[in-house]
Amino acid sequence: MKQFLSFFVIGLFLGILFIKSEVASWFRIYEMFQFKSFHMYGIIGSAIALGIIAVKFLKSTEAKDFSGKEINITPKEKGFTRYIVGGIIFGLGWALAGACPGPMYVLLGTALPSILVLILGALLGTFLYGVLKDKLPH
Amino acid sequence: MDLIYSTWPWYVAGPLIALTMFLLIKMGKKFGMSSSLRTMCSIGGAGWLVDFFKFDWKKDVWNLYVVAGVILGGFIALQFLSPTAPQINQEVLVKLQELGINSTNTAFLPTELFSLESMLTVKGFSILLIGGFFVGFGARYAGGCTSGHAISGLSNLQLPSLIAVIGFFIGGLVMIHLIFPLIF
Repeated sequence: MKQFLSFFVIGLFLGILFIKSEVASWFRIYEMFQFKSFHMYGIIGSAIALGIIAVKFLKSTEAKDFSGKEINITPKEKGFTRYIVGGIIFGLGWALAGACPGPMYVLLGTALPSILVLILGALLGTFLYGVLKDKLPH
Repeated sequence: MDLIYSTWPWYVAGPLIALTMFLLIKMGKKFGMSSSLRTMCSIGGAGWLVDFFKFDWKKDVWNLYVVAGVILGGFIALQFLSPTAPQINQEVLVKLQELGINSTNTAFLPTELFSLESMLTVKGFSILLIGGFFVGFGARYAGGCTSGHAISGLSNLQLPSLIAVIGFFIGGLVMIHLIFPLIF
C-alpha cells in the first residue's frame, strides 16, 4: 500500500504538471514543430540540463536509493537502426496525435472518448512491435 | 492562486520534470512512461502469443501505479485548475486556420480532431488510431519515448538516446510540414 501510494502520488503530481505546463496539448506540440515558441524547448532543455547535473551528482556521490540499495542507471544498448527508425516512427505519431505516452494518459481527464482510440492505437502498436521484433533490424 | 491557475512557465515545469526523474531514481526506478504500455499488453495476456510480453510484469506494476496517478492528476488539472486554454503563437494560429483548425486558443485539444463527431468519421478515427499506433510502435522499437530517451537518456548522456531524439524530431517535422498539408 505504501509502495502504491508513493508511485501514485508521483503520478498525480506529474499529471497536473503535464496539463499545467501544457505539454499534453496538441497545440503546443504543433507549435514546437513549427519552431514558433520557446515553451516546449525550454521545458525539455531545462529538464535535461538539471537532469544531467542530478545524474552526475548521484553517480559521483555513489548515492543509494531510498531503500539503501545502490543506484544503477543501466545505459541503453549500443546501436543505430532501431533508435533512428523507431525514433522517426515515434515522431510521426507524436506530431499526428499531438501526444506522447504520458500525455495520452493525462488526456483521459478530458473525458473525451477519442483519447481511448489513441491509447488503443498505442497498445496495438506496442503489441505489433512485440510480434515483429525478431524480424526488424535493430 | 494565480500561480496555479495560469500556465506554468517552462522554467517551473522543466525543473519539476527533472525533480520527478530524480525522485523515481531515488525510489529505485526510472522515468519512462511508455513501458507501461508493454506491461498492459502482458497483463492482457499477450505473453501467451508473443515472447516479448512474457516477462515478470509484477516487477513493473509500479509504472501502472504512476499511470493511475497521472490519470487522476490530469482529470483534476483539466476540470478544476485550467480556466484558460493554451495561448499559441499568432502565426501558428493563422497556419492552423489554413488547415481548417479553428479551435486554437479556445480549447486544450483541437475539437476538429478530438471531438466525438470527428472520432465517428473514418478520417477522424484513422488519425487517432494511426497516431497512437505510431507512438506505441515507435516507442518500443526505439526502446523509449520522450521521458525515457529525451529526459532520462539525455540526462545520462547516452548516445542511443540522442539518436532516438533526432529521430523524434525528423518524424515530427516530416509529419507537420510534409504530411499535414496532404491530410488536412
